[in-house]
Formats: sequence, C-alpha cells, structure tokens
Amino acid sequence: MKPNMSLKKNPMPSQDPKVRARNFKEVALGYDEAVAIDEALRCLECKNPACVAGCPVNIRIPEFIKKVKEGDFEGAYNVISETSSLPAVCGRVCPQETQCEAKCVRGIKGEPVGIGRLERFVADWHNAHSEKTPECAAPNGKKVAVVGSGPSGLTCAGDLAKKGFEVTVFEALHLAGGVLVYGIPEFRLPKKIVGQEIENLKAMGVKLETNIIIGKTLTVDELFDMGFEAVFIGSGAGLPRFMGIPGESLKGVYSANEYLTRSNLMKSYENEPVTPIMKGGRVVVVGGGNVAMDAARTALRLGAEKVYIVYRRSMDELPARREEVEHAIEEGVEFKLLNNPVEIIGFNNPDDPRDPKNGFVTGMKCIRMELGEPDEKGRRRPIEVPDSEFLLEVDTVIMSIGTSPNPLIKTTTEGLEVNRHGGIIVEEVSGKTSRDGVYAGGDAVTGAATVISAMGAGKLAARSIAEFLLK
Amino acid sequence: MYRIVSKKLLNPTVCMMEIEAPFVAKKAEPGQFIILRVDESGERIPLTVAGFDREKGTVKIIFQIVGATTLKLNALSEGDFIQDFAGPLGVATRVEGLRKVLIIGGGVGCAIALPIAEKLSANGCEVTSVIGFRSKELLILEDEFKAVSDKLFVMTDDGSYGERGNVCVPVSRILSEGERFDEVIVIGPLIMMKFAVEAVRPYGIPCTVSMNPIMIDGTGMCGGCRLSLNRDGEKVIKFACVDGPDFNGYEVDFDEAMSRSAMYRDFERHAYEETCNLFKKKGVNK
Repeated sequence: MKPNMSLKKNPMPSQDPKVRARNFKEVALGYDEAVAIDEALRCLECKNPACVAGCPVNIRIPEFIKKVKEGDFEGAYNVISETSSLPAVCGRVCPQETQCEAKCVRGIKGEPVGIGRLERFVADWHNAHSEKTPECAAPNGKKVAVVGSGPSGLTCAGDLAKKGFEVTVFEALHLAGGVLVYGIPEFRLPKKIVGQEIENLKAMGVKLETNIIIGKTLTVDELFDMGFEAVFIGSGAGLPRFMGIPGESLKGVYSANEYLTRSNLMKSYENEPVTPIMKGGRVVVVGGGNVAMDAARTALRLGAEKVYIVYRRSMDELPARREEVEHAIEEGVEFKLLNNPVEIIGFNNPDDPRDPKNGFVTGMKCIRMELGEPDEKGRRRPIEVPDSEFLLEVDTVIMSIGTSPNPLIKTTTEGLEVNRHGGIIVEEVSGKTSRDGVYAGGDAVTGAATVISAMGAGKLAARSIAEFLLK
Repeated sequence: MYRIVSKKLLNPTVCMMEIEAPFVAKKAEPGQFIILRVDESGERIPLTVAGFDREKGTVKIIFQIVGATTLKLNALSEGDFIQDFAGPLGVATRVEGLRKVLIIGGGVGCAIALPIAEKLSANGCEVTSVIGFRSKELLILEDEFKAVSDKLFVMTDDGSYGERGNVCVPVSRILSEGERFDEVIVIGPLIMMKFAVEAVRPYGIPCTVSMNPIMIDGTGMCGGCRLSLNRDGEKVIKFACVDGPDFNGYEVDFDEAMSRSAMYRDFERHAYEETCNLFKKKGVNK
C-alpha cells in the first residue's frame, strides 16, 4: 500500500459551530471507514516509533494503524485494548497534540498522523460491530478493591481483571464513570460511550458498587477485613477552590464542578430537568483550563446570550487544550484575557429586604493585568494594572480555578501519608502508598490533571498490585 | 435499590420511613445525613438521619413533604424500593464529655434533634428539650422526647398546644433564671436557628446548629453547600457536607444561608405543582 504523503490530516467532520453551540450533541462526528484508511496510510510505520513513547499507556500505535490500513478494524481494536481500557474515551479527550502526535515524524513537516482520531474510529467501530470482550486470564482467586470509577479506577480495574483478579469498583455517586460522567460534557464525550466502556469492563467480570463512599460507608481497613488483598485509591480531585473575593456566596455563583455536575450528571440541560441550573443570561467563567472551556461551552448550550472567559494571563499561557480553545472561540465564547476578578456584585434593594431579586449576581468587577517577570515555574507572573478596574455585567459566575484534595479517605485511613497539598504520596515507579497493599493514582495523587495521565497511573498500579499479590 | 421497610405519617406534612440500607445503618451516627434519589431520573436530596437499627440494617428518615422529590418519595409505600441511598455523610454530632445539654428543635428539625437527645441521654447526660411547632396538628415526636428529656417544653406559635410562642421564649426564661448548660444544640428552620442562637449568645454557652443547605453530591465535590462563617472577624468558607453539617452557631452567617437556600425557589415551586398535578391525574394518593 502506498503511503499517503498529504501534509495535512484528514479533517474531523464536525457539527457547524453556530448549530452545535446550541445543542448538546457531540461536536466531532468521527471518521468513516474510507477516511480512516486514508488517514492510516499517512503513518510511515517507523522502526523506532516515537509516538508510542509519547503515550502515557504506550499503545502500540503503528501496529494498530497498520491494521486500520488493512481494513482489519477489530484487529486494530485488539492491539489498542491490550494496553488501553478506555479507547473510545481517550480517542476523544486525550491531549494527543502534546503526547503521541507531538512525537510523530510526519509532524516535522506538516501535520502529524491523526492518531487520536484513528483511535476513536477504531473504538467506535468495535462498539458498533463487535460483542467480543477482551480475553481475561483464568481467575487467580485474589480480590482487589478499586476506590472510584473514574479513568484511573476503571483502567486499574480493567487491567487487573485481564490478569485474572476478582475486582470490585466502589463508586460514591449513583452512576459510574467519575469525571467522565459528572465533569466532561455530553458534547465532548457522550455518556453512551462511557456507559459502553463500563459495560465492557463488567463483561470482563469487574463488579461495580455504586452509592458506597469509601472513607464514610466503608473504610480502607474494612475493605481488607472483607477479604480484599489490595486497594487502589482513585478518588479524584475533590473540593472546588474559590478565590476568596467578596460576593462569592451570592446566588448565581457556581464552582465549575457544581455547574458541570448539575448539567452532566443530573441532566439539567434536558427540557424538563428535575435538578435546576441557572440558564440563559450573561455568564462569565473564571479560569483557563479544560474545565473552564467545558463550563463556558455548556453555558452557551444552556442558552446563555453571552459567555466570557476571564483569565489572568494571556492566550500563550492558557492551560486548556488548543482544540478546546478553538472550539470555544468558534462557538462564540469571548475571551477576556489579562483580567482578574476582584469582586462579585449582587442585587440589593435597600427599600425591600424581601425583594426576591436580592442576592442574585448582577456583575463582576475585574482588574486588568500585565505580565511581569517569570516565576519559579517559568510562567510570567500577572501583575495588576493600577486603577484599571471595570465592571462586567453578568448573571452567572462560574469559578474554575482548580480543586483541593478530598479529606474523606485520608482522615479515615491511618498511616496513609499525604503531601502538604493533601495529595496522597506514592512511589513514582509503582503507585504504592505509605500503607502496605494500598496503591493510588490519578487526581487524588497529582491534583487536577488529565484523563490519560490518570489512566497511566491506574495502569501502573495494576501492574504493581499484580506483582505484589502474585509474588 | 433500597427497600422501604415501614412508612408512617407523623402529621399531615411529615412522613417517617425506615429504609433497608445495611452499610449505612452500620455506620450512621446522630447528626450525619444520607443522600437519596427516589427513581432513576430523580434529583439527589440530602436528609439527616433520624435513627438507625444496626441489627435490622435499617435507617430511619423523617421528611417534610415540601417539594417534588419529597412528594414522590411520600407516594411510595411499604415494600417499595427507592433508587439510591448513600451515606452516612458528614461529621456526627459531638456528644462526648457533655453532662448537661439544652436541645432546641423546630418543626421537622425535631426529627434530627431526637437521636442526638437519645444518644446524650444514653450517655448519662442531663437533657432539657424545647420543641416548637406552628400548631398542634404539626406536633411530632412528643412522647419520644419526653422519654429522653429531664425537662421538656413544648411550644406552638398559635398556642393550640403546650405553651404559646416560639422556642426562644422558654430558652430565654431558663437562661435568665440562671440555669447553665455545657452546650446548646439547635436544629430547625434557618430563621428559627438564627433567633435561637441570638437568645443564647448573651450567656456565652457553646451553641451548635445543624445546617441543611442545597447539595448535590454530598462528598465535597460540588461546593454548592458552602456557607460563610464569621471567625474572629474573618470570613471563612466551609462546606456543610464534609465540614458539617454541625457548625458553631455564633459563627454562621444565617442571612446568607437563607438567601442561598432560596436560589431555586421558582423552579422548586413549579416542579412541586407539576408533580402535584401529575399525581392528581394519575390518582396517586398522598
């Protein structure tokens, strides 16, 4: 087969920005078989593939792409699923541009191979055409508990199940998936996809217990008493941060976690929702990460007439994925860069303390910033420009400035060491915590990071747990 | 799924249910709460634990029928199942070392105050209880309070039962007569807690209140339940689900909490009316 030497990736078919900004259907529509094969033909099958090293779970990328070239999509799926438990998810939410695709030789002159798009295609093809689940080793009789059903927990569970362990995943919420279901919106990651990946795990024998809050309903020690021989903690990032400025308790101020949880997990975006959310009006999101982009784009789809992003640095420092930022701009989100909130203003009728409008947000006061000298991390420090305050008239404010770790597990697990930020301390090479038989990974260890890095940590821990229990 | 083992209406607007939830029953302590969803498309609501039976594996909840979800919950019968029931969440009420306590309960808040009174009484603590209701029809749990209280004052706003007036009347009287307590525990509507705290404040007795703000996950993740404390002149934000639900009553910003609790009032009223109409059409008994 002749390689496709086009310098550009096959574009991803997407909903028109004007249309999609008002619906919750998936933005990117995915390749069809012909386009997938054409894109696969751009891969040169390097002898020493740099892309594999760039993938946190080391998917054998040229190998699966070769199968796509041959039209053997199920074969391609088998290659991916040997190392990744959630390919349909990763193909959608991984920051490929800084990982596998950043290392692709085709990217030196032109665009890299669309590895993420191909991964997504393969996973979707499998889910649409095949009932087959990955093969698992014979049961080895050993029980492992996984705390949290987000990306790290699901990956760890899947890998252990493949190795023959009896795995039970404990989830605090009523629905499995963690951030994949409460955080990442439908238009970026349809819940059906997450559901399918979880069904795949169940078919492999993984048990799922919802409504169990480890640290409250059961403690880590009780899990050992119940016969589990190892525990993986992937409990996620935790408590939302606020800025500490006046007005943050006014009605109409949300954490991004709350806003997204209402919309995604509780389905407030539906026509007749049972869980309320403030819709429409003017919305400002504070922060520049992927979560901020998700919140801003959700606000548009909930009917906002205007959505701003306020971020204290410039476009160059914006931590969100480029693609998400571009999507947000295309859809009409206005970026107010080099600005920082100083106060949120609420309605107050001095003549009538019972006025129902009292206490609702009417605006956010911001101050302009400029970039000064680089800080210890090399990022230029934002400095306030004196006397540059201005008012942004808004009805809803969404704070998306990060999270701090959840105290529920550490306060009820004796001997589990955490760092000064509250993250669980683990050995980098194994994911092992200070407690024997207890492993951890994902945001509970690192603080807010990416889905794929959490999956990498879940994978590492699964390997360590297998070594620990089978030695 | 979690089975409703028993159901009883305590008054026309307050319902008691025992739910089979062995894991929760094993751990629950007075002052903690659970989160439930009635059905697969339901909202998550927090309810404070009103009792538990560790051997039977059941947890008691007592709720006022105020909104769409509690209306739907009340439409279920003994033997029916509710979709989700998770807990126990929050920090249990601190009772250790207390020898003499004044408990103030208002309305359905009495349901949460009772297990605390029971636990204190079982620990050998001297308990004085003041419970208040709008009128005689709304009175609940009088006998249960009588059983665990050394002294009991029953108040109704309209004087249709017990003494006429709100809970602050006997509280101010007892305290001004010189009686002292190790702690005062107040549980009820926000406005009642606000005034009860003010009635106690001049005497400097430690005063705990139980907050019940709007919540989603109940595990610290959403921050919707945040409230402001005024701690030595500085504003501190706390999350009721993981830091509470009990707080130092002298520090709580009740006005802000009341404002926040009304954030979705229009939506809630609409949802309640819709559900009422739906039930009427279907002929569901209340």
